[in-house]
Amino acid sequence: MSELRELYLEMVTDHAKNPRNRGKASPSDLLGTGHNPLCGDKIVVTVSVDGDVITDVKFDGEGCAISIASADLMAEVLVGKSFKEARELFSSFHELVTNDKSTIEVPRKLAVFTGVREFPMRVKCATLAWHTVIAALDNKKEACTE
Amino acid sequence: MISDASISDMFPALHQEIDGQKLVYLDSAATTQKPKCVIDAITQYYNHDNANIHRGVHTLSQRATKGYENAREKIATLIGASRAQEVIFVRGATEAMNLVAQAYARPRLVEGDEILVTQMEHHSNIVPWQIVCEQTGASLKVAKVHDDGSLDMDSFASLLSDDTMIVSMAHVSNAIGTINPVKEMCALAKKVGAVTVVDGAQAVGHMQVNFSEIDCDFYAISGHKMFGPTGIGCLIGKYDLLQETEPWQGGGDMILSVSFDETIWNKVPFKFEAGTPNIAGAIGLGAAVSFIQEIGYETITSKENELLKYGRKVLESIDGVTLVGASKHNAGILAFTVKNVHPHDVGTILDSAGVAIRTGNHCAQPLMERFGLTSTCRASLSVYNTTEDIDCLAKAIEQAITILG
Repeated sequence: MSELRELYLEMVTDHAKNPRNRGKASPSDLLGTGHNPLCGDKIVVTVSVDGDVITDVKFDGEGCAISIASADLMAEVLVGKSFKEARELFSSFHELVTNDKSTIEVPRKLAVFTGVREFPMRVKCATLAWHTVIAALDNKKEACTE
Repeated sequence: MISDASISDMFPALHQEIDGQKLVYLDSAATTQKPKCVIDAITQYYNHDNANIHRGVHTLSQRATKGYENAREKIATLIGASRAQEVIFVRGATEAMNLVAQAYARPRLVEGDEILVTQMEHHSNIVPWQIVCEQTGASLKVAKVHDDGSLDMDSFASLLSDDTMIVSMAHVSNAIGTINPVKEMCALAKKVGAVTVVDGAQAVGHMQVNFSEIDCDFYAISGHKMFGPTGIGCLIGKYDLLQETEPWQGGGDMILSVSFDETIWNKVPFKFEAGTPNIAGAIGLGAAVSFIQEIGYETITSKENELLKYGRKVLESIDGVTLVGASKHNAGILAFTVKNVHPHDVGTILDSAGVAIRTGNHCAQPLMERFGLTSTCRASLSVYNTTEDIDCLAKAIEQAITILG
């Protein structure tokens, strides 16, 4: 039960219930579509950029609490970051949620997902938005958690 | 009447804790737990009788052959086949459907022909036909489902025509549990001369099925959904049709003689069983048939119906829970959604309470779409479940609502 509380921290459930970054970035310079075949969730991430700097991130789509909260907090964290910094953050975030011995440091808004590492089935929920935004930055457009 | 506790006691895996909570297994539509008699039959086979079948003259081979063929007889009896040769062992219901699609339908269908299925099919009764359509130029038609999850018989009847060559339907929907009136559907299909296929994967573990009485041409069975092991199932086919059907896989055991000039097929059912089959699986399935006969379908069906009634009442009383496709004739499936809580989160929170359910699209995406959903929660019942299991389910759902609702 304590593991469950670690998964659904208040910040996670708050952002899942009331996401602040749902919508479409204006202008939508980059767009990525993500798909998690396991649960059928789909997400569209749009990004505004100024040169090599991300100026806005928005997402749309349906998903579980973990995937929505992760998308919403990711959007907040990425604003003002360069493409390179965004990739580094994803790499850190990925390690955080998959390696249960990791002591990697991430912004507090990402650290709230540390509990995901105790739920291997939910890693894809937490990383869907990230895979999608990286696909957008790479101009690949589509990302899939499989 | 066998008591609740004594049935549950026959299933070793049910008696364990998940994170300190008693396991409540409500995922039998995915796979049933296995009674000890099935596990013992497999162990006994590997400990004492393991050998290849149909060819060795030694004692072990004879025992293995006897066990394998006995299982065929048992299935034939259980399912009301007119003879054991109508039972073909396959890997599972999926393989049974693919066998009919590739071996029977593919060589016979041409452009303009139609295959009729329903909106509530499992992907395994959709995709094999899509492949055949691609190969032959035939087209797939889909009968609609009512809001309550029952089949729209008017839609079904209206799609039957002289072009309908194959009609393939689930006996029981895996996603919502609807029991289809397959006997009536087969009779209608026969009027237009169509060959009928029934996907019985979700039926045989729950209720008495009689192949001859349904009067379909093919019937698919899944071993692991009726207390047997995984990797074994059966295709039951009308003997004459099986005779007419060419083999679909070549190899050992499916031939009478082989030369580079001429190879002669073995007789039915062996011509469809190329290679060394899942002998242990068949023997385990035979033990599962004995288990079902010992408990009796009357007990299984009536107990599941009682639990279903209780489950619907309990779930409906929870504010925010909506049942999906809860039709009158239902084989033990409680499909539902929880307001503001994604099924995936429900599944995780329930698991923490020891309650195992399935969440997702249940390999029935077209049916999910029909109900305007991408996924649902599914609690599926079996004879070993109790009203206490349902109470645990309800309590865990309430907890999910507290956390996320």
